Amino acid sequence: MSKTNVNTFRNQPNEAGRFGIHGGRFVAETLMPLILNVEKAYKKASADKSFQREMYYYQKHYIGRPSPLYFAERMTAHFGGAKLYLKRDELNHTGAHKINNVLGQALLAKRMGKTKIIAETGAGQHGVATATACALFNMECEVFMGAEDVERQKPNVDRMRLLGAKIHPVTSGTGTLKDAMNEALRYWVTNAETHFYIIGTAAGPHPYPQMVRDFQSVIGTEAREQIFEAEGRLPDALVACIGGGSNAIGLFYPFLDDTDVAIYGVEAAGKGLGSGLHAASLTGGTPGILHGNRTYLLQNDDGQITDAHSISAGLDYPGIGPEHSWLHDIGRVNYVSATDEEALVAFQLCARLEGIIPALEPSHALAYLSTVIGDMDSDDIVILNMCGRGDKDLGAVLPVLEKLGRM
Amino acid sequence: MAGRIDTAFAKAKAENRGSLGVFITAGDPDAATTEALLDGLVDAGVDFIELGMPFSDPMADGPAIQAASLRSLKGGMTLTATLEIARNFRQRHPDMPLVLMGYYNPIYIYGNDRFIADAVAAGVDGLIIVDLPPEEDSELCIPARDAGLNVVRLITPTSHDQRLPAILAQASGFVYYVSVTGITGMASAAATSIADAYQRIRKQTDLPIVTGFGIRTPEQAAETARLSDGAVVGSAVVDIIADGVANPSSPDAAENRAAIVRKVAAFVGELSAAIRA
Repeated sequence: MSKTNVNTFRNQPNEAGRFGIHGGRFVAETLMPLILNVEKAYKKASADKSFQREMYYYQKHYIGRPSPLYFAERMTAHFGGAKLYLKRDELNHTGAHKINNVLGQALLAKRMGKTKIIAETGAGQHGVATATACALFNMECEVFMGAEDVERQKPNVDRMRLLGAKIHPVTSGTGTLKDAMNEALRYWVTNAETHFYIIGTAAGPHPYPQMVRDFQSVIGTEAREQIFEAEGRLPDALVACIGGGSNAIGLFYPFLDDTDVAIYGVEAAGKGLGSGLHAASLTGGTPGILHGNRTYLLQNDDGQITDAHSISAGLDYPGIGPEHSWLHDIGRVNYVSATDEEALVAFQLCARLEGIIPALEPSHALAYLSTVIGDMDSDDIVILNMCGRGDKDLGAVLPVLEKLGRM
Repeated sequence: MAGRIDTAFAKAKAENRGSLGVFITAGDPDAATTEALLDGLVDAGVDFIELGMPFSDPMADGPAIQAASLRSLKGGMTLTATLEIARNFRQRHPDMPLVLMGYYNPIYIYGNDRFIADAVAAGVDGLIIVDLPPEEDSELCIPARDAGLNVVRLITPTSHDQRLPAILAQASGFVYYVSVTGITGMASAAATSIADAYQRIRKQTDLPIVTGFGIRTPEQAAETARLSDGAVVGSAVVDIIADGVANPSSPDAAENRAAIVRKVAAFVGELSAAIRA
C-alpha cells in the first residue's frame, strides 16, 4: 500500500456544510441570511492572521492555555493497563473546555459588530463561559437554560447572574438542553438583526459545527504536541465524552488521520440503553433533522424527538454533532456508552485517586476507561479529555453517592 | 389545467378582494375534531387551508402553535393520520386548496418519496416546510414539485432582494410573506412594512403573495388582505381551540367538540366577512 495518503478524514464539511449525509442548513428562512453572514465572516476571520493572533492572546493570557497533559499515575496503576494521560481542560478559566469555543465566537461577533449575544446551556458551563466572554468584551448576554437544569446546576446559574447575564429559564418541552436550544433559536429568529447566537456545541446549522470544531481543536493540537514531548510518539487511544460532542471533536480532529490511534467517544447511557432512559444518540438513535442539521437523533417512528436522559445535564441532549454522525457512519471513531451509575463511580474514583474532581460529563469517559485499558499493554498510551471540573455537580452527585452507600 | 390554488386565488381576485387562509394543526385536539373544524372553515368562507403537521420541536412557532402540536401529539397524532385527514377532506371538498405545513423531520422519517406519493394521492395541493430553505431544495422540494405539489416559499423581512431569486426559483402556488421577524402568534407588522415588502416581492414574481404571522383580528385580516393578495390566520384560531380544550363548555366530549367547532367557525366567519367587506 502506498504511503501517500490521499484520503483524509479532515476534509469535511463540504461547501453546503455536509459531513457525509449529515450537517446542512435546515433552518427557517428568517435565519438563513444570518447564517450565511456568519459563514462569510468566519471564512474571512479564519484566513486573517490578526484574528488568529487575537485568539492566541486570549487563549494564553485569559484561558490559561495550553492546558497540561498530565500523567495520571495512580489511575494508571489502578486499571493496570495502558498509561493514562489526562488533558486538563478542566483547569481552563471557567472550569471547562467551553471557553475555547466561546472566545472564538465572541471575537467573531465583535468583528461583525454585534454586541448582543444569545446562548443556550445545559450544565451551565457554556452559559458561564459565554457570560464571561460577554463581560470581558462588554456585550449583553442572554442565556436560555432548561428549568430543570436551572435547578440541578444552581452554582452555575449564580455565576452567570454575577457575571451580568440574563437567564431565561425554559419550561417548554422537557425543560432541558433541547428545549433551551429551541427557545434560543426562537429568540434569535425574533432578534435576528441585532443578536449573535453563540452555539455551545459542535451542532446546529452550518457553519456552526465546523466553527466550533475548529475553535475546540486547540485541545487536540496541544495534546498531540504534548504527547510527543512526553512519550516521543502518538497515543494508542483517545477517549472523550459526548453530548453534542464539542470537547470530543476538539480532541479527536487533529488525530483523525493518524489511523493507528483508536478513538472512543462515550455517550451517556443514562439508566441503561435498554431502559429507554438515555442520551446515546449514536448507539440508540437514527438520522433525522433537528436544530438546523441532519444527525443521529433520539426519535420515535413518526419522527418526533424523544426525551434524552442523563444525570449529566451537559450530555442530556437527544442529538449529536453531525461530524460525529459521519465518523460513526464511516467507522473511524468507536462510539460507546456509560451509564449514570458507572459515571458516578468513576467520578468518585478520580477524585480519590488523583485529587481531581471531574465534571459528570468526563466522568462518563472515565467510566469507559476500564473497558479500553483492560485490553492494552502497559507501554500503551491513552489520552482522556478531562473537559470540565465537577464543583458544579456536587449537589447532584453527593446525595446519590450517599444513597448508594459510597460516602 | 389550473390547480385548486390557482383557481381559488383567481376567484378572489375576480371578486376584487384578497384571499383568506386559516391554519390549524392536524389532530388538535384529535382527528375527529380536526375533520369537523376543516368542514367549518370551508363553510365559514376561507379560500385555502393550511393544515399543520405536528412536530415535537417547532422552532419557528410561538407558544400557541407549540401547545397545539403537543396537544395533537399527546392525542396520538401521526403523519400517517394527518394524510388520512387530508384524504378524507378531499373526498368531501373537491375544490378547496389544502396545503400541509410543518417541519422536515417527520417527513424525512416517513420517507420523502413515499410522503410525496401519498400526499399527491390524498389530494394535497402544496407544502410549506419551515426548515427547508432553498439551500436544501434537492431534499424534498424539487421532487415534490416534479410530482405536482406546489412548493410554497416563505419570505421574511430578512430575505434581502439578492436572495429572492433563489427563494422564488422553485416557488409555486403562492408565496407566503412572514411579515415579522419572529415566531408565530406574537407581534404584528405595521401596514407600511407589509406594503413595502409586497412591492419588493412583486417585482420578482407573479405568484399571489399572502401575508401571515401576528394577524389576530378581522380588521387586521382585512387590512393585510388589502395590502397583499391574502392573509393567513393561525394562532388566533388555535387559541380558540386551546381555550375550548382547557375550559370545556360541556362535560360531554362530543358536545364540547361541537362547541369548539362552532366558536372557530364563528370567528373565521368574521374574518371572512371582513375580507369581503
